[in-house]
Order: sequence, then structure tokens, then C-alpha cells
Amino acid sequence: MIIKTVDNVQDALKDAKDGMTFMLGGFGLSGIPENAISELVRLNLKNLTCISNNAGVDDFGLGQLLHKKQIDKMVSSYVGENAIFEKQMLSGELDVELIPQGTLAARCQAAQQGFPAIYTPAGYGTEVAQGKETREFDGKMYVLEEAFKADFAFVKAWKGDKAGNLIFKGTARNFNPVMCGSAKITVAEVEELVEPGELDPNHIHIPGILVQRIFQGKDYEKRIEQRTVRQKA
Amino acid sequence: MALDKNGIAQRIAKEIKDGYYVNLGIGIPTLVANFVRDDIQVEFQSENGILGMGPFPIDGEEDADLINAGKQTITALPGASFFDSAMSFGMIRGQHVDLTILGAMEVAENGDIANWKIPGKMVKGMGGAMDLVASAENIIVAMMHTNKAGDSKLLKRCSLPLTGVGCVTKIVTNLAVIEVTENGFKLLERAPGVSVEEIENATEGKLIVEGDVPEMKLQ
Repeated sequence: MIIKTVDNVQDALKDAKDGMTFMLGGFGLSGIPENAISELVRLNLKNLTCISNNAGVDDFGLGQLLHKKQIDKMVSSYVGENAIFEKQMLSGELDVELIPQGTLAARCQAAQQGFPAIYTPAGYGTEVAQGKETREFDGKMYVLEEAFKADFAFVKAWKGDKAGNLIFKGTARNFNPVMCGSAKITVAEVEELVEPGELDPNHIHIPGILVQRIFQGKDYEKRIEQRTVRQKA
Repeated sequence: MALDKNGIAQRIAKEIKDGYYVNLGIGIPTLVANFVRDDIQVEFQSENGILGMGPFPIDGEEDADLINAGKQTITALPGASFFDSAMSFGMIRGQHVDLTILGAMEVAENGDIANWKIPGKMVKGMGGAMDLVASAENIIVAMMHTNKAGDSKLLKRCSLPLTGVGCVTKIVTNLAVIEVTENGFKLLERAPGVSVEEIENATEGKLIVEGDVPEMKLQ
């Protein structure tokens, strides 16, 4: 067994630097690495490139980094929830690469699994494919998309053990598993950190080999973007 | 009379067959789930990572870890499953999802669709739409026939940046049900009380009208 625990988020991010490329898990505000994002705000790192499906909202998630102008470039599929983002993008302050959501996941997974690139049909014939190699297979056209290269992947899991094995909950899983092992260093924060042996190996979603650092997260806000409910019948 | 958004959703629900796995986009498509017959077996996929999506939770039971692709709180039905984004788009690209229903700003008579960007004005991103339209075999667009300015959204060619090429199979609007064919838009059904002429006037692309065009049946 190889123990991956660090004491806290400060230790986990001690060698994060200006100008680095980060992957951040989450879909909307669900499953985002809240502790890592707070630490990035505190460290006030600059000139960052962030790969994340969304960009948070104005005052939460990656929106906090945008607010402090820490991010130079965002790689995302959907950014509609964030007014600061839209303003910085339209003014040219922020460089934005919008890519299809499935392509985002595939480029993470390619990095995780040692593929330099993958072919996808998504975006063929659109501006997303401009300047990229295309190829026909069985009469259908595909676009060549390269694996991401990142310095850190910050992911959030529901439970984890000290060996770095992870279990996710509900749709907070999303991009978190595909970012594990997709960067030079993967940092996992968990709601519940347990001793090795306490998690059933049959239930592990991501094996610890893909995680370099794990810590017990704290003060999760778990904000809901669109609270939609029905009344009891 | 032209349909409202619920009417469009109700008509599209009739396209859903027993045993279908269905991906619903944001907006009118989300409403489709409310009108699916209860004597057929259907599972809804949301591309953020759930199959077997259920209705909104009862007030007080909402869970930040359980949302749909529109970031709305949802529930999971018996038999539901959760999965990561790579698996989610794997089942989309792998054509395991039978039907995709999504909104659009423009559709062209060759099946091109634009729904993610208005240059210089609105850039929200494509989300999963480009993956869905590039992969699915059966794509139904739910939208109003014209935009707020009264201009047709069914065009000869899309003017906005494309989401996908030659992919839309059917369009259900407030005025009509239209099939996208090799020769252009084929009018299949009219909304109750809407004339063929009204539909022709609201359609910029080539509209093919053959014989008597029946009125839609919503039930």
C-alpha cells in the first residue's frame, strides 16, 4: 500500500505556480474542488490556464479566480452562467477555447490513458474543426483532437481512502474521474477520508494509482445553481 | 392556432417509442418528459452523467450532487445509473442513445443546425450539443418557427456558426412538423388551425408540400 495523504490543501498545492495549466473537475457547481479553488484564490496565482467544463458563477467556483483576473485562458464547453466571464471574453482580456463537452472529456481521458490524440465526429464542419486534421472512416468524417497536457488536476470525490482510491456520488462524478491521472499531479479532495481497507474494492471508481495527493476537504458549500422542485402530491 | 411550448413538447413526446433511451436538451425539450405515455418504457439520459432521470425533487429533498445538464436539481428513478463524462459521451458517440431532442436558433434545409453562438453578441458555448448532433441518428429539433423579430428559423442556409452539418431529421415548431429530406423541408403536419400558406410564409428554406397536409394530433 502506498499512502497518498497530505495534511491539508496548502500542502497539496504547495508547488502550484504562476503560468501553470490546471484541470478542474465539476459540472456547473456540482462536484467542483471547492477547497483547491479557495486555495488558488488565496495563493493569488496568475496567468493560469484552466481546463474545466464550466467557469463557475460570478462569486463561486472558478468565477472567484476570474474576478481576481488570475486566469489568462479558459478551455470549456459552456460558460453561459457567468457575467464576468462573458465581459472578459468579449473585451479580449480572457482567451477562451470553447470545445464540445464530449471532446473535452475525451481529451482528458486520452491524457489519462496514453493516447496522443483521438478522432471524434463532434465539431466536423464547424469552426471547432478549423485548422485541425480530419479523416474519413467508413464514410463518416472525424476530427483529430489532441490529449491535454496539464500540470495539476484538481478533483473532488465523495469518499476516498489514504491510498488515493476514490468513490464519487451522483452526478457530482462528471469530469472528476476522467481528470484523474490526466495531469502531472492529481490532487483529490474528499468529503470523507477513510483508512485503507474501509472502502470495498468492488466499489472503487478510480484506483489510487491515478492520484498523487489526497486530503480531507472541509467547509463544503455545495451550492445549487438551479433549485427546481415540485410540491408533494 | 399555433402551439405554445408545451404543445410542441406534447407533439414531440409522440415520437418517443417503447424502449427508447432519450437525451433531452435545455428549454422546450426538457418539457417533453412531462408528456410521455406512461404505458411505455423510456429512460432519459442527461449528459452530465445519469440515465434514468426522474422528475424534480420534492421541496426540501433537493441534492447538490444530483442535477441535470441544465444544472437543475432532479431525482433518479429505480434502475437509474450514474457515470462519468467520458462514459456519457461514449454512449452518445457510440449511438446507444436512440433519440436526441434539442433546441436551435436556425436549421437549414440540408439539416445543418446552429444553436451555440451569435458572433459578437452571445457566446455561451456548445456544451454537449456538437457531440450529440454529430453522433445521433435520430435528431429532432424543438423550436419556434420564427425568431422574436419574426424572421424564419428554417433557412436555405444557416447564417450563424454551425453546431453540426446535415444532421437534423425532424423539426417540430409552433406551426408544423417537418421532415428534413434530401430535397428540403417536407411538411408533414400542421398545428391545429394553421394553414399551409402560413407555414410557407414563415419558412425561408424550400418547403415541400404534397397533397393534403393533416393537422397534428397531440393526444
